[in-house]
Amino acid sequence: MSTVTQPRKNAPAAHAATGGHRAAGSGSGSGRRKVRGREERSPLASAGLHGALIVASLVAVFPIAYMIFISLRGRAGWTRPTSAEGGLEISNYTYVLTETAFPQWFANSVLIAAGTTLIGVFVAASTGYAISRMRFPGHKSLMWVLLVTQMFPVAVLIVALYNILGRLGLLDSYLGLILTYCSVSVPFCAWMMKGYFDTIPHEIDEAGRVDGLTPFGTFYRLILPLAKPGLAVTAFYSFLTAWGEVAFARAFLSTDSMLTLSVGLQSFIGQHKAEWGYLTASAVIITVPAGLVFLLVQRNLVAGLTAGGTKG
Amino acid sequence: MKTATADPATAVRPARAGLLTRMKRSYDRHWYAWAMVLPVVLVIGVLIAYPLGRGVYLSFTDANELNVAKQLGATEIPATYQFVGFDNYWRVLSGADGEFYPKLLWTVVWTVSCVFFHYTIGLGLALLLNRKVRGRSLYRVLLILPWAVPAFVATYIWRMMYNSESGIFNAVLGQLGMGPVDWLGDTFMQKVAVIGVNVWLGVPFMMVAVLGGLQSISSEQYEAAEMDGASPWQRFRHVTLPGLRPVSATVILLGTIWTFNMFPIIYLMLGEANALHSEILVTYAYRLAFGSVRDYAGAATYGILILSMLLVFAVFYRRMLNRQEVAR
Repeated sequence: MSTVTQPRKNAPAAHAATGGHRAAGSGSGSGRRKVRGREERSPLASAGLHGALIVASLVAVFPIAYMIFISLRGRAGWTRPTSAEGGLEISNYTYVLTETAFPQWFANSVLIAAGTTLIGVFVAASTGYAISRMRFPGHKSLMWVLLVTQMFPVAVLIVALYNILGRLGLLDSYLGLILTYCSVSVPFCAWMMKGYFDTIPHEIDEAGRVDGLTPFGTFYRLILPLAKPGLAVTAFYSFLTAWGEVAFARAFLSTDSMLTLSVGLQSFIGQHKAEWGYLTASAVIITVPAGLVFLLVQRNLVAGLTAGGTKG
Repeated sequence: MKTATADPATAVRPARAGLLTRMKRSYDRHWYAWAMVLPVVLVIGVLIAYPLGRGVYLSFTDANELNVAKQLGATEIPATYQFVGFDNYWRVLSGADGEFYPKLLWTVVWTVSCVFFHYTIGLGLALLLNRKVRGRSLYRVLLILPWAVPAFVATYIWRMMYNSESGIFNAVLGQLGMGPVDWLGDTFMQKVAVIGVNVWLGVPFMMVAVLGGLQSISSEQYEAAEMDGASPWQRFRHVTLPGLRPVSATVILLGTIWTFNMFPIIYLMLGEANALHSEILVTYAYRLAFGSVRDYAGAATYGILILSMLLVFAVFYRRMLNRQEVAR
């Protein structure tokens, strides 16, 4: 195999010319098929490639497009899923925004998710740096703890947290839920920040040290400003995590005006009545702004997630 | 940022003078690092370790809604639950409570099939996107879109589409001349339905992660393989897959953990009454804790069991990867 060294484009010609020298060993007879390179493909393969990508894109986009379509079809539009009769209207949106508790839920969600994010990122950044740069006793076990906390099913902590928050009078409060979400976001933020700090060259730290900065000074003055994109991505991810959380919110919140979106939306589709028009309108309002920001940061997001893991 | 980093002095551990000199020396060398990780250690200790300890304790008791301490009006009723040792674990693991093994089986099927589809579809799409294709960035954005939708929103959209009377799926089936499918009522179709939603939601993450991994494989390796006359399949098998190993290992581990614990899709898709046969362990434990009679001890027991299983899995998975790494 290793003896075929001609440039692949004119392989057959070269074959004939040099064939005599290497007739033995290689076993590449004249009937050997030309190997197709990575960037060459037949028109048929091209069509197949585009076909597969188009089908996959349709599957990916359809539910979202359908959600937007139904939300614009008025209150009863969802009962005729395939007809566009009667045109589009925004009545669902005006109803949801003016007649329901949706704006309140939205504000609750923003407040709780923002609180979680702030605490999570502030607390976690220095830890991510320490794990990335310093080899201290306990370094390995802390890495493990951060990974293990990713495995905590809600069921492990939820009963104990419920009892503890109940005793502290923090059930059905913003602070209670923010603290709860910190149990999810803090280890996660530290994990992601570690991955990001790993990508910043160590020479910068050394330069700082040579200039007489303490490790804190290096971190605060040199590294943290460089890590702004990483901080932003981490913050955004923990925001989204808190934004979409269901289990804790449902168990810990009970007053209607305190609900977050993930719990409140349920009331549009109770056991007996289903207001899918209102629900889809709310869903669009929730998804579109967050989705746009998400698309801006997603590339960095994955890098952060996997970097934290691969270099453990 | 300031609060986390500017006042490390207040976060410094108390001096350990008078203890072993080894500890003193270690402290002198590492107090920077310890001070920097202290906030996270505190948060983990207070918000995770302590509740976890409580959870473990509860799993050894018979605590439920009726016998825990509670406030009735002005009077405080003290807790009357008792320590019962391994009773809960025994009841669950011996099969006496009848729910554990069927739910475990379904949870494993759910996790394996979801992660399998996530990874294979994600890998396939990443391979397609990694070629020179016209409109590649447009395809990429369209394919990532599901990831931008919060899980609870996605679940509601799909629940609407699955609706047996006015859902789009049955409407399409009807126009094709086929009868309606009871997507969310039939036990088997429920399972198909929830796996479908989770696959739809989870593929973009895998795709982007694998794409990143593909782009980090140097093109020289492919050129060398081409020179050697490797077929596309051989190149995939011997260059692409090994090159993806670090990324794959991480995303499969994360994906397994996330899927095993995936709460919102199953809980919201099927509602509380409808899900008895399609619950995974996590949603079942949740229903134990907050169902009609709140069985705190039972929920805690399930929680600890789930955590133990994931831990064992993670340890074996890492060890297996390490062994492969050495063998290569």
